[in-house]
Amino acid sequence: MSRVSPIDAGSLNHLQRLEQFQDYALGAGFDEMFDRSGATRDHYATLSERLCAIDPQELHQRQSAADLAFLHQGITFTVYGEREGTERIFPYDLIPRILTSAEWDVIERGLTQRITTLNLFLKDLYNDAAVLADGIVPRELIYSCKHFRREMQGVRVRHDIYVSVAGTDLVRLPDGSFAVLEDNLRVPSGVSYMLTNRQVIKRVFPLLFSSYDVRPVDHYGQQLLATLKALTPSHRPDPTIVLLTPGVFNSAYFEHTFLARQMGIDLVEGRDLFVHDNVVFMRTTAGPRRVDVIYRRVDDDYIDPLAFRADSTLGVPGLFNAYRSGNVALTNAIGTGVADDKALYAYVPALIKYYLDQDPILPNVETWQLSNASHRSFVLERLEELVVKAVGESGGYGMLIGPHSTQAEREAFRRQIVADPRNYVAQPTLALSAAPCFVDGRIEPRHVDLRPYILSGDQVSIVPGGLTRVALRKGSLVVNSSQGGGSKDTWVLNKQLQARRPGAPDAAGL
Amino acid sequence: MLSRVADSLYWMSRYLERTENMARLVNVHLNLTLDRTPADAVRQWERLLASLPEPPPWVQKPLPAGSPRTTVDLANRESIAACVGAARENARQVREEISSEMWEEINRLFLAVQQRQPIESEWTAGTHEFLAAIINGVHQIQGVTDATMTHGEGWQYIELGRYLERASATASILDVQFRDFSPDALPPAGVSEYVEWVGLLKSCCAFEAYCRHYTADVRPQRIAEFLVLNTEFPRSIHFAAARLQMSLRAIAGLTGRVNGRADRLAGRLLASLDYGQIEEIMGELPVYLQGIVRQANSINAAMYQQYIAYPIDAGLS
Repeated sequence: MSRVSPIDAGSLNHLQRLEQFQDYALGAGFDEMFDRSGATRDHYATLSERLCAIDPQELHQRQSAADLAFLHQGITFTVYGEREGTERIFPYDLIPRILTSAEWDVIERGLTQRITTLNLFLKDLYNDAAVLADGIVPRELIYSCKHFRREMQGVRVRHDIYVSVAGTDLVRLPDGSFAVLEDNLRVPSGVSYMLTNRQVIKRVFPLLFSSYDVRPVDHYGQQLLATLKALTPSHRPDPTIVLLTPGVFNSAYFEHTFLARQMGIDLVEGRDLFVHDNVVFMRTTAGPRRVDVIYRRVDDDYIDPLAFRADSTLGVPGLFNAYRSGNVALTNAIGTGVADDKALYAYVPALIKYYLDQDPILPNVETWQLSNASHRSFVLERLEELVVKAVGESGGYGMLIGPHSTQAEREAFRRQIVADPRNYVAQPTLALSAAPCFVDGRIEPRHVDLRPYILSGDQVSIVPGGLTRVALRKGSLVVNSSQGGGSKDTWVLNKQLQARRPGAPDAAGL
Repeated sequence: MLSRVADSLYWMSRYLERTENMARLVNVHLNLTLDRTPADAVRQWERLLASLPEPPPWVQKPLPAGSPRTTVDLANRESIAACVGAARENARQVREEISSEMWEEINRLFLAVQQRQPIESEWTAGTHEFLAAIINGVHQIQGVTDATMTHGEGWQYIELGRYLERASATASILDVQFRDFSPDALPPAGVSEYVEWVGLLKSCCAFEAYCRHYTADVRPQRIAEFLVLNTEFPRSIHFAAARLQMSLRAIAGLTGRVNGRADRLAGRLLASLDYGQIEEIMGELPVYLQGIVRQANSINAAMYQQYIAYPIDAGLS
């Protein structure tokens, strides 16, 4: 066992280790690599050895090589609010985050339970609404949710799968267990970074990678395609499947092109599609061609100017009627946002009990509803300790982090909360877990979360891994890419913890 | 294939071809300027500008005619960089259709042009290398395209764009040159005239190929014959017309829309080149060359009517 604190420095190995980790301070939260005493966790031992054997200069070179690979491949996202078309690479940290097979097992079961519940809930809500009649979820919470779509009432959804692509944000609590921070059931993004991070790390650290038995993620594209195929209207044996993107100025455009290419399907924009007699066609060089399944990456509001926002130019007029007629499948279904509303989040454990009669495998983070008067007064007294979030926002926008906020920001939020309490929830400020990151030539701890990607078609499948998002600013708790976050590769190990795979090179290289 | 995708592939290719033509023209003329009197040089730059296609509409900014700064401006943001940018923007919209290798090459060229400091004067060290690197970059992209992309419908639009652009470009360059210099002097009168004709050949990357075909005996009519009617030289109008007609035929076959207007126009252009005689053509060369540009434009329009901007009712019936 190696130690971080320089108590028993002895061998040369130790001295090198000290040099690499000399600025590594263990924080209040869980540390992915070191336990409380400062000893390296078993599954990080090989990584730690290799990191200590390598010259920081070389690490730096490999980081530059990785950055260049991203830039040349155009793996970028568009930053809103800056000069039009500002493209940035998504900052990438070299040091992988490693999860054991036992940890992953809990995550996998917990997420499967959760997505199954949420799909049952959506089906119920948009049909009989027994969940409201039984008083599990208050009616006013649903009817006041801006993502609730009355238009979906009674619409038949193939296999009753409303959410087939989800990305759920997990955080690790100080005791090492995982909890759900939020569900993303509308158009979750980031999966392309999970896949490209893996490609890059294999190129940059081939030896290190081969010395761990890492479960692959590369089949995600295939699984997504199979999930989409399962949604095909039954009378269409040879379906045309397309991915609908808002277009080249969308921040996730790279991901849309990436997924379309991985699946070998057409990437379409709203202007490529038109509806005739409630059937969707795309305009091809060989004439109009019927479309059967649309994996849409356009929000509900913009998808059909006839049904929703009339000023949308991204959508397809008449699409919703074609969908209602069962002539085309859309995924995720319209109106799934009601289930990832941050106010509904608090009821998910109750829903799991209600629909599956099980206890949640992954707990929620404690959440206060600000529409509830006693919760509200409790929270307003403690704004400087808590995190307040607007319920319908995502991407780290509309959020107050109490301990890092100014008096003026707190006052602004206080006014907004009092004016529209339904629109806010509060959570304790979590001590997110930290993982070692390579920052400015040194290895330092940074806060991380985890977003696994869940596919639900004929069955639920989750590729082992996900996007580990990193708050690259020291001490920051915000991991969103739009707010200075980065990412790192996430390795889920195979069954047994294997220090070295037989036959793998055992040189101390990376 | 989606009509929008075909459109982007076609324009990506046209802009790349345009980039290459422009970079080569500027490079060749920079070298020639050394051998000219200042007055000749200014006239030369005006000729060069006249032979260029319009830059993309969003960068239209009047170039200061007659000043040597035009070169510099051409190599800066106004034209070459804008063409590379337009090619890349088109490629970005069809990233899933082109191979990753192609995208990386296009992106690399774009980043190289972006990172380049503005050129202060035409004699700044490295201008030649910069232009040569752009030409090289375009060649790389073309090579990677042919080697890594399926030679299916999308590839045919890339071919079509390249050769349609090339046919127009070669015709424009010839037209402008023959208007300024009488082709009747046989062989060219003075050394300075000789330099201009060699410059024309080099602008089309044709000097070496011409010499192998006719020896270094440079005569205007032979140059015209070589650049219009030669069937084997890849930058001749005849070669380009044959290739673009092949691509149109392939697209018609793949989409089941044979005998469209675009095919017939391309077939007619090719036939006129197949059976044309240089002696007849020389009699009315400017008209002939402008006719080529016009025909290229109508092929472009007919192709749009047929595959990209067709009325929906026509398609559904």
